Amino acid sequence: MPRLRSPLLTAAAALAVLGSLAACDGDKSKSAAMADSGDPLAQYRANPKYKAFMAGEKMSGYVFASPETQAMQDDDFENPGMLAVQDGEEEWSKVEGAAGKSCASCHQDAAKSMKGVAVSYPKFEPKRGKLANIEHRINLCRTEHMKAPELKWESKPLLGLTAYVEHQSRGLPISVKVDGPAAPFFEEGKKFYYTRRGQMDIACAQCHEQNPGMNIGVENLSQGQSNGYPTYRLKWQSFGSLHRRFEGCNQEVRAEPYPRGSDEYTNLELYVAWRGNGLKSEAPSVRR
Amino acid sequence: MAADIKPRIRVPQTAKKDEIIEIKTLISHPMESGQRKDSQGKIIPRKIINKMTVAFNGKPVFEAKLEPSISANPYLSFFLKCSASGNLDFTWTDDDGSVYKATQAITVA
Repeated sequence: MPRLRSPLLTAAAALAVLGSLAACDGDKSKSAAMADSGDPLAQYRANPKYKAFMAGEKMSGYVFASPETQAMQDDDFENPGMLAVQDGEEEWSKVEGAAGKSCASCHQDAAKSMKGVAVSYPKFEPKRGKLANIEHRINLCRTEHMKAPELKWESKPLLGLTAYVEHQSRGLPISVKVDGPAAPFFEEGKKFYYTRRGQMDIACAQCHEQNPGMNIGVENLSQGQSNGYPTYRLKWQSFGSLHRRFEGCNQEVRAEPYPRGSDEYTNLELYVAWRGNGLKSEAPSVRR
Repeated sequence: MAADIKPRIRVPQTAKKDEIIEIKTLISHPMESGQRKDSQGKIIPRKIINKMTVAFNGKPVFEAKLEPSISANPYLSFFLKCSASGNLDFTWTDDDGSVYKATQAITVA
């Protein structure tokens, strides 16, 4: 009997999820939009306000957010993510390590030197022999040039610096390269995206490719675009990285998450970024 | 901890006489509710901003009592009618007794 129980439970859980995916919510405008075209994304496409947050059929997470969350992001003063950018600005010129350097010693004014940098990450980094995202790149700079210890993943200074660097590219379209040496890592990331995992046996694609705009429980499923990250997430009550979000998604399908900064997540980050190529960076965004 | 807590204010520097202006404030603060437990199962002690006051030329114009259910980095805004130039003094009071302050001058033309 115990052998039978767990597959049954899994099947029941999967059914529950599929049930809620198919269910239409009570929102009248949404139902009307769906009745017209049968497409839950039609209402977003029709809204001229969202034009700047779309690129073809790609839609930023902003589009799926509530008006209150959007308002928080729209005003830099109200946006709590700007606190992290402020932290990063201070870190930028803080001298650390045996070489007696700060970020600013080499890169000077971030507004000039870092403009357009973040939208091309993650990219292949020969020194690592694999992909590096902004966090990896910052830590590489610290160990190579500043002779300073690596910053801990998700620590305040690393989140701040990441936010600060990403913020310099706000408004520029995401443009990651997936050919050349990055190609095998891109393929790995793509495989991750389509692999079913966890007790729920669900892949990223099942929610974010096949069902965006539908409801899962009370949540509105987005396309899972990464152009707003790092983000201030209301659920976390704090600022966080894309890998922390991946971890949350993995936990939601009852899968064992990978560590933040791991190769698996970095490859996935490249694949997800590529899916959003052309969307404008919103860092720091506000998400629920 | 206190070094992480920074108040931010946005006040128009100039205003017309009797104009209604919007004052926006935000303070970076964890607003730890006292209801959460750490990985050892011990309760994380409460630490919130419990009071916020604003005075215009020493006269109170706005006061708020904050409770544990309020989100981290509390954002408060209010409207004010200015009839004379002066200083706005903002004060946030922490559970641990710390007081965070900010001041901004307004010129009424």
